[in-house]
Amino acid sequence: MSLKKHILDLRKRKEQVQKGGGDRAIEKQAAMGKMTARERVIALVDKDSFTEYDLFVEHTARDFGMDKKQLHGDGVIIGTGTIYGAPICIFAQDFTVAGGSLGLMHARKITKIMDHALKMRVPLIGINDSGGARIQEGVNSLAGYGEIFYRNTLASGVIPQLSVILGPCAGGAVYSPALTDFVFVVENISKMFITGPGVIESVLGEKISMEDLGGARVHAETTGNAHFFAESETECFEQIKKLVTFIPWNNSKKAKAFPPKPPKFKGKIEDIIPSDPKTPYDVRDVIKAIVDDSDFFEIQELWAANIIIGFGRLNGETVGFVANQPMVLAGVLDCDSSDKAARFIRFCDAFNVPVITLEDMPGYLPGADQEHAGVIRHGAKVLYAYSEATVPKVTVILRKAYGGGYIAMNSRHLGADFMFAWPTAEIAVMGPEGAANIIFKKEIDEAEDKDAMRAIKVEEYKEKFANPYVAAAKGYIDSVIEPNETRSLLLHAIEVSAGKDDHRPAKKHGIPPF
Amino acid sequence: MSTNKTEGLVDFAILSMKYKTKLTKKFENRVKYTDPNPNHIMSYIPGTICEIFVKEGQKVKEGESLLILEAMKMRNQITMPHTGVVKSIKVATGDRIPKNQLMVEIE
Repeated sequence: MSLKKHILDLRKRKEQVQKGGGDRAIEKQAAMGKMTARERVIALVDKDSFTEYDLFVEHTARDFGMDKKQLHGDGVIIGTGTIYGAPICIFAQDFTVAGGSLGLMHARKITKIMDHALKMRVPLIGINDSGGARIQEGVNSLAGYGEIFYRNTLASGVIPQLSVILGPCAGGAVYSPALTDFVFVVENISKMFITGPGVIESVLGEKISMEDLGGARVHAETTGNAHFFAESETECFEQIKKLVTFIPWNNSKKAKAFPPKPPKFKGKIEDIIPSDPKTPYDVRDVIKAIVDDSDFFEIQELWAANIIIGFGRLNGETVGFVANQPMVLAGVLDCDSSDKAARFIRFCDAFNVPVITLEDMPGYLPGADQEHAGVIRHGAKVLYAYSEATVPKVTVILRKAYGGGYIAMNSRHLGADFMFAWPTAEIAVMGPEGAANIIFKKEIDEAEDKDAMRAIKVEEYKEKFANPYVAAAKGYIDSVIEPNETRSLLLHAIEVSAGKDDHRPAKKHGIPPF
Repeated sequence: MSTNKTEGLVDFAILSMKYKTKLTKKFENRVKYTDPNPNHIMSYIPGTICEIFVKEGQKVKEGESLLILEAMKMRNQITMPHTGVVKSIKVATGDRIPKNQLMVEIE
């Protein structure tokens, strides 16, 4: 064969394999409203940046007639590319090839690109669209899953790992996304569950649709398994690209700095906050008034909305925000919001992203359901995550900081580097009404007009304790600031803590209250 | 967004303070705590009633088997928590029942 012929032969082979499961399977994929694996990868990475590996890998199964079947690429595409110039490793399961089922070689391809990502210290993106284990390959398929989970764990906290659920992801397969840092889901396309509706009905007699059991909305709103919810694959890819701009390539780098921009917000911050501490406001408006270009990238928007987490930039540098949301459940900490905040703080700490905490919360959510759901164990995660974090940690107390909530929300006592409080801050063991009822019980009980006496005593308590100055007098608060100074002081805090070098006792690893 | 910012605000009491805020679906759908009644034998797992060994009005000693609830391929013996009388049986053989369903009432 001449060289020319060799090249033509290669092109022919490539073209054939790149068709995946063939035209009919591709049509079926489109009929389900889904892009093909290849289209997805191309849509996600920078133009012409995708380079594929293991295109010619074939499966090794010999039983159940598998030896006569050819599965192109063994149902998964792997490769490297860039997103806005940042290098990434990517795999995408190809549902058109045997339903994207995972066999030995399919798993080998995934672990190969995972090993590569870890060695090169670049983010890993996994696109999941698979019917599950390839039954014909038996335990080899289970082995494959296990080897993927093992690598997810090794890479955790070293490189950012993103999972994109663009099809079914059922049974053991769900644990790879669960071990990664961010999970993306798309309405009507993503399905995640351990046991499907069929098994649930046959074993337990409970009827539930696939969508209600493990659809995109369920994971974005109810379970908290998903971090980003999109209505289309295109919107989902935009979210992934945007996230990549906020995070570093690996744990030894900082996120890329962007040109600083002032916030678009032009009013006064204090006008966002109602004067009555019992009246709510949307704390996202405060964040948008502070961050560059008023661009706040929220994470887990639909789940545990009583706490807000997400990324923004201050003077061009990525920071993570954790903020109580008075608009939902008065901004209390409960099981879900504790989980949400703690995991985010640990991500920020692992990847050198400073954490800004905006505090306005009345305490923990009371209730038998919360206590029985383990709010002690879940709430402890927040304390653990803040105490453990060695990135720059800044807190701004906006209004209420009561009781355990004051301690938990990155207080000085947990190692905050900067503690700012607005003059509206109320730092106390509990709200004035509750406190007055206990401290002045005798006076109130003995008074002729109990309500009048209670009102007097509540005022007395407010005067004395419901302010930031008692804490400031002890140095627990570094500075009582005007709301409009918030951005400039945060910029300053981040600037002067750029060289922060804080260490925790050497250990194999801590034992957080999982 | 700004139009619905005051929609759905309710009073929400934390200790003795009442805040105006929105509730989450999860909070509104939470299971409210009720005191367990020791005379109500409830299913602790969803499953199928395989066999019933007792009749209404029968005296049963503590630890004796009342029925078998099959779930996850396991035949679970449901036993009498204390010596007493079977007041009423709320299930029949072959019934498929959810979790926390009243199966037998005793006295």
